[in-house]
Amino acid sequence: MGAVLSFPPETGDAELAAAYAAAASVCDPEVPVLTIADLGVLRAVTRGQAGIEVTITPTYSGCPAMDMIAVQVDLALEKAGITRRKVSLSLSPAWTTDWMSEAGKEKLRAYGIAPPVGKAKGRAALFGVDEVACPHCGSAETERVSEFGSTACKAHWRCRRCREPFDYFKCI
Amino acid sequence: METPLFTYTLRLADNALVLGHRLSEWCGHGPMLEEDLALANMALDLIGQARNLYTHAGSVEGKGRSEDDLAYLRDCPDWRNILLVERPRGDFAFTILRQFLYAAFMHPYFERLAASKDETLAAIAAKAVKEMAYHVRHAGEWVIRLGDGTEESAARLREALEDLWPFTGEMFEMDSVEQALVDAGIAVDPAVIRPIWDETIAHVFGEALLTCPRDGWMQTGGRRGEHSEHLGHLLSDLQFMQRTYPGATW
Repeated sequence: MGAVLSFPPETGDAELAAAYAAAASVCDPEVPVLTIADLGVLRAVTRGQAGIEVTITPTYSGCPAMDMIAVQVDLALEKAGITRRKVSLSLSPAWTTDWMSEAGKEKLRAYGIAPPVGKAKGRAALFGVDEVACPHCGSAETERVSEFGSTACKAHWRCRRCREPFDYFKCI
Repeated sequence: METPLFTYTLRLADNALVLGHRLSEWCGHGPMLEEDLALANMALDLIGQARNLYTHAGSVEGKGRSEDDLAYLRDCPDWRNILLVERPRGDFAFTILRQFLYAAFMHPYFERLAASKDETLAAIAAKAVKEMAYHVRHAGEWVIRLGDGTEESAARLREALEDLWPFTGEMFEMDSVEQALVDAGIAVDPAVIRPIWDETIAHVFGEALLTCPRDGWMQTGGRRGEHSEHLGHLLSDLQFMQRTYPGATW
């Protein structure tokens, strides 16, 4: 468990593939450069009793974007012409930044958010990271301002070289 | 008649919601912008945990009660939170010290609850443990900063500790409801958490130049529904909309 899911499932099921494409195109409302597939929030797109079943998982227990993401996934499926569908929330296994794709991390950096450093189970995640590269100038001369930032998933840092403040996507 | 699993889940949920509400009272009043954000973030984590736990409690009970029904439509005697979390927010030293005492308990607690035989509780705990790790770190750093700070900050922290200490015993309270669940591999035995909590507290208090009070008489009752007057005032705020406009949604 815990690997980035490989999509789309190669079943030759055209509707399932279309559903995956639609769901995977939904962006995180708080971090609009990332899709929920980049984030690893999209966990499964399968065919079940309710038709097409999409499973998503929250980043944090209280993530206020979850309800909106669920509505947007439902809308995207509707637009893709999928009438029998169900979007459900799954808590287990717990989301981890390890599921974020490499492409997603690059998009984050380009957007001005430093991507998570290291693996969630590593020492750095538990005791704090010492080196987060500034997403603006690339300098390693940065410092943490606060463990908590503009959303639940981010911490507030600043760069001592270029003097810019930036968000760091916490490693959990 | 409440089943043990319902009561147990409700206790965890009520702790999280009441403390989350207390933290949310700081929103816009933090001593600095970063701390305002931090307190609101921690409140969000706790309220999120509460939502998951209430939803589970409702399904365990099987009477069709939703998370909102449980949060908004119960009066004081039906609440099962410990008294520690309902104490008024006090000053920043009080709030941050309470957060530290609670998180230092809940972090190792959720670690073990993640192995519960109740799959939903295990899943909720596996998520929450990651959040509580941040709370322990953040609140712990502030306890050290205040304790080893100025005369004023150290004095306020000492005063907060005197006020809060008699409410810490309730976290470790055991009763027949929970014993049955511990035996069934569902609940966590708080006695297992005690040495871990003691060690975390001793470490941070050592850095903060704080002396750990000796265990004396402990105030309990919240888990049985015997609350202080503070909970009623908190609920009048928390439940205002649903009490005034029953069934309102938006």
